[in-house]
Order: sequence, then C-alpha cells, then structure tokens
Amino acid sequence: MTFFLSCLISGISLGSVYAIIALGYTMVYGIAKMLNFAHGDVIMVGGYVCYCALNYLGLPSLVSVLLAMAACTALGILIEGLAYKPLRQAGSLAVLITAIGVSYFLQNAAQLIWGATPKTFTSVVHIELPQTLTNVGVSSEALVTVLVCVVIMVGLTLFINKSKLGKAMRACSEDKGAAQLMGINVNRTISVTFAIGSALAAVAGVLLCSSFPILQPTTGSMPGIKAFTAAVFGGIGSIPGAFLGGILLGIIESLAKGYISTDLANAIVFAVLIVVLLVRPAGLLGKYVPEKV
Amino acid sequence: MKKLRLLSLAVAMMLSVCMLAGCSNSAQTSEAFKLGGIGPLTGDAAIYGNAAMNGAQIAVDEINAKGGIQFEFNPQDDVNVAETAVNAYNSLKDWGMQILVGTVTTTPCISVSAEAYADRIFALTPSASSSDVTAGKDNMFQMCFTDPNQGLSSADYMAENLAGKTVAIIYRNDDAYSQGIRDAFAAEAEVKGIEIVYEGTFTADTQTDFSVQVAAAQNAGAEIVYLPIYYTPASVILTQANAINYKPIFFGVDGMDGILTAEGFDASLAEDVMLLTPFSATLEDETNQNFVAEYQKRHNEVPNQFAADGYDCIYAIYNALTAAECTPDMSAEEICDKLIATFTSSDFSFTGLTGNDMTWSADGSIAKAPMAFIIKDGQYVLP
Repeated sequence: MTFFLSCLISGISLGSVYAIIALGYTMVYGIAKMLNFAHGDVIMVGGYVCYCALNYLGLPSLVSVLLAMAACTALGILIEGLAYKPLRQAGSLAVLITAIGVSYFLQNAAQLIWGATPKTFTSVVHIELPQTLTNVGVSSEALVTVLVCVVIMVGLTLFINKSKLGKAMRACSEDKGAAQLMGINVNRTISVTFAIGSALAAVAGVLLCSSFPILQPTTGSMPGIKAFTAAVFGGIGSIPGAFLGGILLGIIESLAKGYISTDLANAIVFAVLIVVLLVRPAGLLGKYVPEKV
Repeated sequence: MKKLRLLSLAVAMMLSVCMLAGCSNSAQTSEAFKLGGIGPLTGDAAIYGNAAMNGAQIAVDEINAKGGIQFEFNPQDDVNVAETAVNAYNSLKDWGMQILVGTVTTTPCISVSAEAYADRIFALTPSASSSDVTAGKDNMFQMCFTDPNQGLSSADYMAENLAGKTVAIIYRNDDAYSQGIRDAFAAEAEVKGIEIVYEGTFTADTQTDFSVQVAAAQNAGAEIVYLPIYYTPASVILTQANAINYKPIFFGVDGMDGILTAEGFDASLAEDVMLLTPFSATLEDETNQNFVAEYQKRHNEVPNQFAADGYDCIYAIYNALTAAECTPDMSAEEICDKLIATFTSSDFSFTGLTGNDMTWSADGSIAKAPMAFIIKDGQYVLP
C-alpha cells in the first residue's frame, strides 16, 4: 500500500511538471495555431538563468525566478520577432521546421555558453515538510509545482476569458483575417502570447530543475516532448486539458514503472495516448471541430 | 590581357602554397608519430572525453620534452555519437594518423574500432570498456577493465566483504556499458549466491527521475544498491534516496568516478558510497602526485580515472614503440603489426597510474587488479 502511494505521489509530482510545461505549449498553440517546439528549450534557458542568478550572483530564490522570467520573456519576444513573424503568411509546415531549428539553435548556444557538463540545480523551494510526508515521497517541490500549476491554470483561463487582450487572443485564434478587419493588432497579440508563454516556460524550467536537479543543454527536450504529448492527451488548445493531461500522464508513467516494468513505462504511456485519441480524437477536454469541405 | 596575367599569378601563388604545405607535412611525418584521439569533448559525456584527452596531452608533452620519440597529438570530438566518431576518424585518417588513442566511450568505439580494424590502424582505448569493442579485432586494445570484468569483480567483492546482504540493481538498459556490467554481475551473483531483490532500468530519456525505482528498491528491502552507471544519474539517485530517508550501501563502478566534482552536487550525499576504480588522485605515489599536480595546474580540477587512463595510454604506446623499434616514417600498417606483436608478447608489461604490471591478452583486454574505494569526507579511501 505504501508502495502504491509512493508511486502515485511520484506520478503526481512528475505529472505536475509535465502539466506546467504543457500549459505554455497549449496556450501558444491555442492562440497562434503553431507548435512551438522550441518551448522545451526556452525552459532550459530559464533553468540556466535561474541557476546563474542563484549560484554566481548569489541572489535570493524569488529574485532569481523573476530574473529568469524576465530573461525568457525577452528571449520569447526575440525568437518570435526574428524567426516566426517573417513566416506569418507561410504554411504551417515552414513554421514548424523553423521552430525545430530554433530549438537546436538554443541547445547549441546553451552548450557554448554554459558547457556540456551537467550542473546540479539547487532547489528554489525551501519549505520543511513533516517527516510523515517525506517518508512516502512527498516533496515540497512537488507540492509547490502542483500549486503553481493550478494558480497559472486559473489565471490563464480568467485572463483569456475576461480581459480585453484575452478577447483579442481568442479572436485571433478563431480567424486572424477577420480579427484584423475588426481593428485588432494581430501581430502584437501573437507577440504577447509568446511573451506570456515564455514567462511560463521560465517558471516551468525552474520548477522542473528543482524537482529533477540535473541541468544540461538537453534538459528541456524530453520533458518538452512529454508535455506536448500531455497537451495532446488533454486536448491541445484547452488549458484545463493540459493540466489534466499532464497529471494523468505522470501517474500512468509512474504506476507502469512501479508495477509493470521500467522498460515498458514509456511504451505504455504512448499506448494509452493512442487509445484515448482513437476514442476521443480531440483529446480528453478538446473540442472536436469537423473540417468543412 | 591584364585579367589573364592576374589569373596566372593567382594560379602560381596557389601552387606554391600547396607545395609549401606539402613540404611541411612530409617534414613533420618523418619526425613525429601522428597520434589521433577521439572522445566526447562536448555533449553529456564530455567530462570523460575531456579528461582522457587532457591526460593524454600531458603525457605527450612530457614525452616530447624528453627528446627521443616525438608525438603529434590531434584530439577530435565525437559528442558520444557513433556517426560523429566515424567522421572524426575519417578526418584523422586524412590528416595522416598512424595510431589511434580512442575512442573514449563504448558505443562510438564499437563503430570506430571496426573501421580501424579494416584500415589496419593500431588503436588503444583509454576507457571504452565493453568486450564488443575488442571482439574479433586483433589491433584494438583497452587500457580500462572490460565491462564483464567490472561486473565480476563487483560481485566477488560483495560476496567476500558484504556477504549476506540483499542487492538491488538500477542500470541503464539502452547503454552497452551499463548493460554489460549488469549482465556479468547478475551471472556472477548467481554463482556466488548473492540475492538480487530488485532490478530497475532507465534510458537516456528518463535519467532525471528515479523516485519510483528508489522506492521499489526500498520496498524490496535491498541493503545494497548496485549502480553500474555514470555519475550524473547516480547523483540523482543519491539525492532522491536521501529525500525518502533510504540509506542502503551504494556501490558503483568506474562511471561513478567524478561524482565528487559534479558542479552543484551536494558531495556529502556521496559519503560512504563504495566504488571500484583503478585510480585515485589521493594515493601517495610520486608519479601519481606529479600527474595530479600538473593536471590541476593546467585545468584547475582534480583529475579523474579517465584522465589517468588517457595518460597511461600514451605511455603504454610510447613503451611499446620503443620496444618494437618503430620509427615515424613507417606506415600505419607496419606500426600496427609491430605494436600488436609487442602488446601481446609475454615479456611486455606496463606500470602506470592505473595499475602495476599490466599485461594484455590477444583479445585486447587488460589484466590488472581492481581496487575498491569508499568515500569518506569527500576523499576516496581504502575501506
């Protein structure tokens, strides 16, 4: 029973990290209708900026996180302006390939700047938990990640549904041309989407590295792919879907590791994904929109 | 007309440059042996490649300073990827490599050793420890233990010194190094009656989270956790086991070497970790201390076992070249045949940083005694 509980808990803590990354993925996809494969690498940059602020500049945790968010926001706007904006009229495939290019660029740039040797990240969370909780594997990092995840999810949902800018985002998502005719600055709206997505990536990066403390230039790529899977699982474009998808993916992975086989865990995760997509093609909470012919 | 003259001038200049280049090339080959080196200088295994190549460079500089046989050493990066390693090998061949020191890691080495075998270039790897590296190739030799040898020695050591304790293994099953050690360990454990209560695996993509494997090992009641893996994932395992208050004996192999210097890792978590490794920077031996001092001076860090392996490779080649009376104007193939004969001859043995009186068998593997260390106060000490 304790073993089941500890599997479940490590699943939730893994899932919460997937969820927080998936939120950024799904928001950019939902509004800009593009898969930003560089998202995982912005996460990695966020991790490094925070690491440097903590270890080399000796700044307090909260300031480091804010610094990482600021740096990633700037980076997100820069990437969007340089790499994606010129391709606004091009096909979605061209943007996808560019995103993959940006992803490799960031990984290699990080390797040039910080080197390939993995760094061990010091957690930014300093909360002492009672012994009874830590003995079954509950970590303060996981608790904070779940909490932050819920806050971001609620915040984003409110922002997109209630604010004026959110309304503009929804309009761009539905029809860019019509939105422009209504006087919405589409370019600026999409840039803001990227800025928010990148700031979320920084938070995700810091929490990812706090929970799993190995920081290297490829840190973001695998969690990025898993989070993308989680976003598809929950229904890409849907913000609560990303949260649900992430948590479920983490739990399935951990239970499969604990009870079936550590070898097959990933295969089982993707098998579940296939089954879900067969039954619900738009994902768990996604809206199925039939193509008009 | 003017154009034509310019063109001919340019052609003449190019020709003379080519000739000059040709001249200097041939002059160098007649004086120094061309040693190629391949290892991961960037990427996630960079610590091993850099250490091995830095160690080798120190040996090359020492030998060149002595006079006599001269070496020209050219280390190349393979990012721990087999394709890149073969490309690096080909560019070294174009450069005129006569002897190869490499490659450092196992997977690329399996590919490169096949090429070196076909081209008849003598190769000595500092640290690629799988027996697949040398299998069926008479010109491929190892400076490190083979994986089976490490697994075997670990099981023997446990049977003798930690008898009766239950063992969990966590290993990386998409890596020939880790899998090879685990297989030999499991086979020997059965012979010696060591009880293995849990085996967990991971891959390159899942080496950041071991909470389930660690909890399962604890759940199975393992008193020893055997970690035939590199130190980066091992550092995560130590951290996560500490988080749930699980304190078994952690037992690593040579890949665990480096854990104390991992940037940002709380080295106190590695206290009491045991590992089998042939080299320790803290041993008080003169050659050892000179090497450690020189390495620290150049690179500002304590050399690990891979640096010592790289250093030993150069000296073993140097001794063998001297014994076989090779000269730099010989072709790679001639040198290869002579070195094979020397390395496998019964009267050739080598004493270096990583062992005394080491000998090689015809299959390319090395015979030397492994040493078990335990980490106390951030130092390797003999238990």
